Amino acid sequence: MNSVEATSASAGSGSARHAQLARAIADVGEGAALWPLWGMLGWNDILQRYRRSLLGPLWLTASMAIMVVSLGVIYAQIFKIEIDDFMPFLCVGLLVWNFISSILGEAGTLFTGSESYIKQIRLPYSVYVFRFMWSKVIIFAHNFVIYFGILLYFRIWPGATAVLALPAFALLVFNGACVSLYLGLVSARFRDIPQIVQSITQIVLFVTPIMWKPQLLTRYNFLMTFNPFYHLIEVVRAPLLGELPSWHNYVAVVLITAFNAALAGLIFARFRARISYWV
Amino acid sequence: MTPMTQPVLALDRVTVSFPVYLGGSRSLKKRLLSQGSAGRIARDANDRVIVDALHEVSLALESGDRLALIGANGAGKTTLLRVMAGIYEPVSGTVTVRGRISPMFDIGLGIDTDLSGYDNIRIRGLLLGLSATEIDARLPDIAEFTELGDYLEMPVRTYSSGMMLRLTFAVATCFEPEILLMDEWILAGDAHFMARARARIDAFVAKANVLVLASHNLDVCRKWCNKGVWLQRGEIRAIGEIEDVIDEYSAASA
Repeated sequence: MNSVEATSASAGSGSARHAQLARAIADVGEGAALWPLWGMLGWNDILQRYRRSLLGPLWLTASMAIMVVSLGVIYAQIFKIEIDDFMPFLCVGLLVWNFISSILGEAGTLFTGSESYIKQIRLPYSVYVFRFMWSKVIIFAHNFVIYFGILLYFRIWPGATAVLALPAFALLVFNGACVSLYLGLVSARFRDIPQIVQSITQIVLFVTPIMWKPQLLTRYNFLMTFNPFYHLIEVVRAPLLGELPSWHNYVAVVLITAFNAALAGLIFARFRARISYWV
Repeated sequence: MTPMTQPVLALDRVTVSFPVYLGGSRSLKKRLLSQGSAGRIARDANDRVIVDALHEVSLALESGDRLALIGANGAGKTTLLRVMAGIYEPVSGTVTVRGRISPMFDIGLGIDTDLSGYDNIRIRGLLLGLSATEIDARLPDIAEFTELGDYLEMPVRTYSSGMMLRLTFAVATCFEPEILLMDEWILAGDAHFMARARARIDAFVAKANVLVLASHNLDVCRKWCNKGVWLQRGEIRAIGEIEDVIDEYSAASA
């Protein structure tokens, strides 16, 4: 019951670095333990937006479904491909992309948007990240209903391979948490970061095989090989369509994950204590 | 030191300074420019102003202490409260805390105005680190203290600020925190509420806990507290028995 807690600060010596890292790790642990809190706040974030509307959060599903169907019909025409083949591909790609882009788009306000909390009460900073990711996962789950609709309509069955999408999605969530943590932190200090990220995100949608199939890119293949988003999407998309991602995809995703985790760890350990001063 | 005399809350030469990012220096462009070109632009672009909010503040509170923070606007009262609450980690110095802290700075924090009073009690309880079962166990007591009755079923949108205050105060004090931190908004309650709040604080401090109150109202400080700290420009001008500190403060500002 009686916990002793001491906070101090000193110059950047080696032991101070260790202390910073230890506090950052403790922050994540304490934050995870507060799951009833961020679980509820994350849900509320979504409910608040759709309160008193008839469909509630199902509005997300409805607008996503309209987008998938209309883009699917038109692009299948433009690219002259079978709609049975294209629509499921587009559907899963857009679902995953929607998840990724909403994280990138809103990560910039992760901490600045929670200023009222940060300045009034001491919570582990990771709570804000958990809350953010949780509400994104809930939205993804709502949208994911469309996938089953597509499966039924086109009478396809991905088979046991689909199970591979689960660990891949878990990795995607982990990457999202890391990226939103360091983007949110850096954006609290430099207010142009969200703008930069937003304009990059817009381009990524078009240069990544989401609305076009990877096979259509016959030249400049490196544009795909070195596009991290392609690999992150592919490891989730391919299994859901009953295909196996290539080993390139997996290697790339592991490298991306290691990079994001290291960067998030470094930045969080170094600047965690400054967040309340920056927001 | 024996465990009995160990302070519940101790600050040792705590210094807090805020970087003030004036428009431009917060942007990446200026930062990059100032990194890239040594000299003139660096001075222009990187015009970081630093406000020393607290300077080498040391104090120790033991069980049963009720401390009043007094001082002019901008003296650092709220910053000091936030340092105690662990919101600002000091630039230098140490803060040692033994026990649970309940900060009451913002009555609106975490309040979702479309939810009922009961739901908001749960949210605030979770924010203060209570578990769902702990909140449920204390719910009757909280409801009783708020005297809101059937209003607790209504959306908080329909509450007056005084009603919100009662709800917040009831939740903040329901779990007998070791340390209660209060900013001066507490004075917004009506006389009836103030008397009840006072009784609750007295009962709470009688259980050997600590209260820290920041206020401009010297009468309230006298009534509620036994110790005082006079802050001026982020430094402690006087510390000691409440009457002595108030006398010194009044003499200086008269």
